[in-house]
Order: sequence, then structure tokens, then C-alpha cells
Amino acid sequence: MNVVEASGLGKRYGGTWALRECTLAIRAGRVAALVGPNGAGKTTLLNLAVGLAAPSAGGVTVLGGCPAGSPAALDGTAFVAQDTPLYKNLSVADMIYLTRSLNRRFDQPYARARLDDLGIPPKRKAGKLSGGQQAQLALTLALARRPRLLVLDEPVAMLDPVARHDFMATVLAAAAADGVSVLLSSHVLTELERVASYLILLSRGRVRLAGEVDDLLATHGQASLEELALAYLRENLSEVTR
Amino acid sequence: MTALTRPARPDEDDASLRPVPWRRMAGVTWRQHRFALIGVAALLGALAVYEWLTGESLHQAYAAVIACHPAGSPACQGPVSTYNYMENFLSNGTILQVVPPLIGAFVGAPVLARELETGTFRYAWTQGFGRWRWALAKLVTLAAALAAAGGAFSVLLSWHYQTYFAPGNQALGLFGMSPFDTSLFNLREVAFPAWTLAAFAIGALAGMLIRRVVPAIVATLAVYTGLAFAAGLYLRPHYLAPLVTRNPNVPGSAWILSQWSTKDGKFAFAGGFPPINLLNQFCASVPPGKGGPSSGAFAQCLARHGYTQWTSYQPASRFWPFQWIEGGWLLALSMLLIAATVWLVRRRAA
Repeated sequence: MNVVEASGLGKRYGGTWALRECTLAIRAGRVAALVGPNGAGKTTLLNLAVGLAAPSAGGVTVLGGCPAGSPAALDGTAFVAQDTPLYKNLSVADMIYLTRSLNRRFDQPYARARLDDLGIPPKRKAGKLSGGQQAQLALTLALARRPRLLVLDEPVAMLDPVARHDFMATVLAAAAADGVSVLLSSHVLTELERVASYLILLSRGRVRLAGEVDDLLATHGQASLEELALAYLRENLSEVTR
Repeated sequence: MTALTRPARPDEDDASLRPVPWRRMAGVTWRQHRFALIGVAALLGALAVYEWLTGESLHQAYAAVIACHPAGSPACQGPVSTYNYMENFLSNGTILQVVPPLIGAFVGAPVLARELETGTFRYAWTQGFGRWRWALAKLVTLAAALAAAGGAFSVLLSWHYQTYFAPGNQALGLFGMSPFDTSLFNLREVAFPAWTLAAFAIGALAGMLIRRVVPAIVATLAVYTGLAFAAGLYLRPHYLAPLVTRNPNVPGSAWILSQWSTKDGKFAFAGGFPPINLLNQFCASVPPGKGGPSSGAFAQCLARHGYTQWTSYQPASRFWPFQWIEGGWLLALSMLLIAATVWLVRRRAA
């Protein structure tokens, strides 16, 4: 089953294409990393995949053919947006209540236990939590929905190294133990090294490279994901400047 | 770390995908908007206590006038002036005109503007509930709560100002108003909750279009003010075709829209007061009364010279039809605005 499938997908804002002619298929069970410089179209692609934005061209389906944003797609997909937006004036317990009420499934014992482990008090206002705690709360709420697809937009960009590590450990545990497919965007390449099994390289609104990490490393003769991505982005850049 | 391992999903492949029940939005709406709703309750509650206490003394003073016999006798002048010179509570209620727009702007405008301004729409619109259902449930719940609160408050206001509109006021020499008086018509009976609802719906749509809280609040107040003035000046006089009479004694409770005079079937002049050259020509001998001759005396004088005075007016008996017409179109407008807002939520691309 393809957990994300895009064909000829494009999105135009005004006169400029943020993403165009994007065709890709990510199989279930992968941790797929969406890599590229700022303004490459990463957020646009993720917004299209979770149904926040509507495509200007082509189409995108998730979870084996559900149109993005359809009831079935929303039900099985959890999204943690950039900067993890939470209602700052609501308590942690209220955020749990909201997420439980707005979804068919919600694993309350799991959410409670995990926040307990993290030392996040239920009565604290979400806006009073540290950046790392807010990210962990948003991730916990997303995982407690028991999604089959977890979509994360720049989840660790604002976090310190320890919080970054803890966050990614949680994502990996969910992917390994529960078979959650993950699609995440990041420009922190070192962080992806340990987690990504699938790579999508975006630049200037186009997919430059997509495939299983092991295959890509083998065919391009690079030792690490970081080197591969950097090499490819540089090559691409020189192509553009030439 | 055992807590991190989650039990297996019981309904992994639930083909018959039942939507999340609508009723769950009641609790969600309450938790997100409780401060706004408590604020509205506190505002209306404080005003209600004030209106009730001052209303009691107003009604007592009125009852003293009614109880005094024989009416109009010098002995009854005391209670009459007591009533007429009572403190103008909140400028006879005119100040309360700001209540519906304030509620609409401060509750309605942030509903979507705050989500869009802070980015939380990316949380709300990706939950299983679905974004247009989320918007519809939230707006309808809040609209119903505000209309109910407005309705309850309106019962009290209508009671408070009842004596202003009592039919015998003119004869007793008491302060009175036409039931259509623009300063109170939209604060009484069905009109108050209807205007509150419309203000909320305007706020919700403004928030969705403008996407920022403070500009949306300002826009809501501006649009509401324009609509309220336009309704009072241009719409309300025409809810039903006005009656036209040549009887100069139109009851004081009627809403006079315009007056004009004709002579020999031809239009002579507009307004209730004749032009000065006409008066000099025909009515120079009208005896000046206390503080000058009344327009009624001039009308009689001109009538003897073949002039007919016409009056178009809305009789006081049309108060309730007018209330229902105003309540009806405001309800329809509010539903339209809420539907437009939900439609925008559904189609808006992030």
C-alpha cells in the first residue's frame, strides 16, 4: 500500500508555482524524509498531503487511495504543523480533551502516561510549556490518535539538541513498535541520518530525487544521507547558476 | 518506557467510517470560548441588574400616576413630574445600542481570525472531525448561545421600557415614544437577539476574510453600524406600505414618515409646516398661541383656503409585524453569512 501517492501534483500561489509536477509514491512502513532548502516547497507538499491546501494541478492520495483531506484520510492521518501550533491559553488537559473529542479514536491512557513520563503537568497552560515540551505535547496528541500516517513539518527546527533527540526517539518508537508510516520535512540533515528510510529531495518546487535511502546511497556512491543530499543540492545549484 | 508501547488498534480497518458525532463540538466550543461566553454573561448580567432596579422605580412612578384620580387634576401634577423628570437611565436606553455590536465583534470576529492568526487552524482542520463540520458546529453553537442570551436580556429590556409606549401617555401628559422610535425599536422584543445574532455572523465572516483579530473586530463594528443605520433609515419605513390619511389628527403613537399638502388635486408643498409666504398670504391673522401659533392652527387655516394636508405613517398596531419582519430578515442574513463562512473554511487553501 502506498501511504502517500502524488501524480503531477502542483500548487500555485498567485503567479508562482510553489510545487510543480510532483510525482511520487511512498510505501507504508517507511520513515520518509522530505529534504530541501528553505522555500523548496516542503511545507506546500505536506499541506497538500494533509488536505490543508487544495492542489492547483494533479492530485494526491494517502493511506491507499483516500483523497487528501477526505474524512477517511483525516481519520487515519495525524499532522504536526511547523512550530507546533497549540491553543496557548488552554491547559494540557484541555488540549487532550479537544483532540479526544475531535477524533474517532483517542488513546487517553497512552497520552496521560506519556505526558507523565515527560513531566508535563496536565494543568499547565500549553503556552507556558517550553518549546521542547510543546513539541512533545503536539506529538503525543498526534500519536494518541493512533494514526496510520504521521506527518511532521519541520518538527525539530526550533528545538535544542536534547529535545531534538527525545522527539525523534518518540517518532522512531512509534514507527517501529506500531508500524506508523512517517513523512517528515526537515533541513536538519544530521537528524535524518538515523531515522529516514526513504528520501525525497525538493528544490525550487520540484522533486529532484526520491527513493529508498539504501538504494540511493548505493547508486550515487555516497557514504551518508547528508553527503548525498548536499552533493545533490550543490550540483543542482551549479546547474541553475550555469 | 513501557508506557510508550501502545496496545494494538482495535478497529484498524473500519470500513464503515462513521463521522465523529456532532455533539462533541459542544464541549470543544465551550472550552475554547468559555472566557468570551462568561464575559458576555457578565456584561449582560450587570446590565440586567441595573435595568431591573431602575425599571422597578420607573414602573412604581408610572403606577403612582395611573393611581392618581382625577387624572389631569392639579393634585396629580406631582406624580406626573416625578415620572417625567426621572433620571434618563442610560439615555433612555440609547446607550444599549452598543451591546449587540460589542458582543458580535468580541465573540464572533475571533472565532476564525484567531485560528488563522496564530496558525492553530492547522491543528483544528486536520483532526478527524473535518473542517467544515468543525466550523459549522462551532458557529451554530455560539450563535444559538448568544441569541438565547440576547433573547433573555431583551425580555427584561422590553419590560423596562414598557411604560414609554403605553397608549395613554399623551393624554396624561407623560413622557412617551412611538413604538417605532429608532433609539429603542431594535433593542426590544425579537429585534435585540436578532441584531446580536447578525453582529456575531458579521464578525465570523469578517474574521474568516481578514484573518486577523483586531482588524476583524474593527471591521465588524463598522459594518454593523452601517447596517443598523441603513436598516433604520431606508428599510424599516418600508416593511409594509405606509398608510396615507388626510385626517390631520394622526395618533401620537404613529410613526409619521412624511407629510405634504395639495391644493385642487395638485402638489402644493412638502413637510408639515407651510412655507412662510403662504402663511403671510392666507393666515396672517391666525392668533398667536403660547409661544407662537401651532402648525395645527396653520393647517386649519390653510384647509379653509382649499389646502389638504396628507400624512403617510405607520400605525402603532404594526409594531409586532415590524418586529417579526426585522427579526426574520436578520435571521436569514445571519444564516447566509454563517453559510458563507463555512463555505470559505471548506474551500480555503492554506
